[in-house]
Amino acid sequence: MSYKIVEKEEVATDTFKMVFEAPDIAAAAKAGQFLIVRIDERGERIPLTIADFSSDENTVTTVIQALGKSTKKLTKMNVGESISDIAGPLGTPADVKQLGTVVLVGGGVGIAPIYPQISAYKNAGNRVVSIIGARNKDLLFWEERVKDASDEYFVATDDGSKGHHGFVTEVLKNILDEEKEKIENKTLENPKIKRVVVIGPPILMKVATQMMNEYPDVEIIVSMNTMMVDGTGMCGGCRLIVDGKVKFSCVDGPEFDGRLVDFNTVMNRLTIYKREEIERAEKYKKECEGGVCSTLD
Amino acid sequence: MTGKAKTRVEMPEQPEYIRRNNFEEVALGYTEELALMEAERCIQCRRPKCVEGCPVSVDIPGFIKLITEKKWTESLEKIYETNFLPAICGRVCPQETQCEELCILNRKENAIAIGRLERYVADRYYESPESLNEKGRLLSKREKPTGKKIAVVGSGPAGLTAAATLSRMGHSVVIYESLHKPGGVLTYGIPSFRLPKEIIKREVDEIKYMGVEIKLNYVIGRIKTLEELSESYDAVFIGSGAGLPNFMGIEGESLNGVYSANEFLTRVNLMQAWDEEYDTIIRKGKNVVVVGGGNVAMDAARSALRLGADNVTVVYRRSDTELPARREEIEHAKKEGVQFRFLTNPTKIIGDYGDEKVRKYDVKSIECIEMELGEEDSSGRRRPIPIPGTEFEIEADVVIIAIGTSPNPLIFNETPDLEKTKWGTVVVNDDLKCTKENVFAGGDIVTGAATVISAMGAGKKAAESIDEYLKNK
Repeated sequence: MSYKIVEKEEVATDTFKMVFEAPDIAAAAKAGQFLIVRIDERGERIPLTIADFSSDENTVTTVIQALGKSTKKLTKMNVGESISDIAGPLGTPADVKQLGTVVLVGGGVGIAPIYPQISAYKNAGNRVVSIIGARNKDLLFWEERVKDASDEYFVATDDGSKGHHGFVTEVLKNILDEEKEKIENKTLENPKIKRVVVIGPPILMKVATQMMNEYPDVEIIVSMNTMMVDGTGMCGGCRLIVDGKVKFSCVDGPEFDGRLVDFNTVMNRLTIYKREEIERAEKYKKECEGGVCSTLD
Repeated sequence: MTGKAKTRVEMPEQPEYIRRNNFEEVALGYTEELALMEAERCIQCRRPKCVEGCPVSVDIPGFIKLITEKKWTESLEKIYETNFLPAICGRVCPQETQCEELCILNRKENAIAIGRLERYVADRYYESPESLNEKGRLLSKREKPTGKKIAVVGSGPAGLTAAATLSRMGHSVVIYESLHKPGGVLTYGIPSFRLPKEIIKREVDEIKYMGVEIKLNYVIGRIKTLEELSESYDAVFIGSGAGLPNFMGIEGESLNGVYSANEFLTRVNLMQAWDEEYDTIIRKGKNVVVVGGGNVAMDAARSALRLGADNVTVVYRRSDTELPARREEIEHAKKEGVQFRFLTNPTKIIGDYGDEKVRKYDVKSIECIEMELGEEDSSGRRRPIPIPGTEFEIEADVVIIAIGTSPNPLIFNETPDLEKTKWGTVVVNDDLKCTKENVFAGGDIVTGAATVISAMGAGKKAAESIDEYLKNK
């Protein structure tokens, strides 16, 4: 089997939007799910979150940061070329329902999977406040798309090159505090913000969850991109501790109640192949300098 | 003219000191001469016991007689009447507790090496030029088309057998496989030194040639629900196999370097992480501890050796005689240098918290406790009991947990009338029919983790039930 690349765009530094033709997957995909792709016969299985999908166009969209060997190799491929495998949609879809106001926070490449959730929450009758952020403005993407889809929109960069100078969590805190204040001085009777969804690097999700201790009545949902091989409920590599029990991100998740997740274990497990990954990425970079090596070796 | 052997003819193997460093097949198979010598030993019982021991009822004396007559094609056709995966079964079936255990020759000498002969007949065909000629293919013979469409979930031993059996009956069959390669546990679970990948490919190709279609990367329960399949097909067979790995629930199981056997073996077998040319990474331990005593534990231990470990230790809570793995595999493992710590059970996995820059929270050792065997439990085996105060540590940088699996839950997604047991397996009646109309199931998803051949037996039985069901519909 093979899956054709129908669109490719560098949306931020070393960050690529790639659209694949996959009719069956496009028809079944829902916000919050992910894919596992394999470039070729020797490729590894790479988990990628779904950033968009269209059953009319028969496509699924992902946003990929070219970090390791496989993601570098994948993002070097061009429109018209094909990869050998895409399995999906995997993972349990986001638990989208009518709640009131929902704050959606996307950090770094986490902006991509947050995007389909905006329209999903909107369609379910919610008011959606979006906050996106990155280290600097060159790493931001989809600002217009996110803004257009949301009722309210904020942006933050760590270096202040765009929007709020600081972290997305600070913007989130301001929004929650504002509502808290309104309730305290009785300009607002009932709280409106019912849920916060944060997708991004594990450290961001951990910090956001800790911060949410001050707002115990608001739900905090996080999406755990743990290490995976098959992604279908077989290998157990994606295990994490949720509420003291072993859970599997690929079948029980990827979304979990942030307050129940043991983030330290997750963050540690993500480092297992760090050394090998750095070595392989460097080796690959060296071998491919000057565009000598083909993606279709 | 070949003479008759006095006792069971041994099969050539790669020497231990060589094979423990490679992923090539350990057992090399009979030559024609050896196969004939062994086949001559069969006394052709009028009422053969061996057939009763075979879950798919292969006509064993029949195919062996054809070997003695050097009618190789006819011999394989005889096997194919009931078994579509002879080269696989010849390698991985536990013949010593099935057909060979019941062989009458066991009383005087050793049983006929039925598995080795089955393997020889199949290998001989696959290596022959005729097997690649489309017209010469043995499995091309089918009943005339019935017009019925059947979906099979999973391309492991149960699914492949059900699909092949149904296809030969004239039904049109589509297999839905979640991974990028067909074969299920044969592909992701069993290492190539026991079952080479080319063998799986040859037998799967043969089944595809019969007209069975295999859709890869197709996860039922996600891309389509079982409900949808049941609506668009005349019948559905679920052979989705065993699922998520069990863990012990002890401290340290999340440390880096702790693998489930499923993950370790999937990286090695399906993803070929042992080969530098492939992109998938695996941690190659120097001191590897494997917890468990089944075939999966043996496969993991022997794979770890081949990845370059200095020490591989299998930790098992009962004694040698209770090991559930095949004796042949245990002996292979021992000869290759796998060490065994019997009557030993892990109590916690201890981490190395140094070197924070690169690797933190890696496995350093595993703490175990000595056990003794007490009264018999409900399974009829003596229950292992820890001996207080006997804790000790084994150095380990990789720990592999091989203590079984629980069924994959995905098949039940949005399919409320498919009943499951409290263990998460699918409920079936004697005909392997599920509580849901037109859906049947067999293999590990019904029984919990078992053997390749029992799954094949279930696939065959379910195919017969489905055929009957469709006739009466």
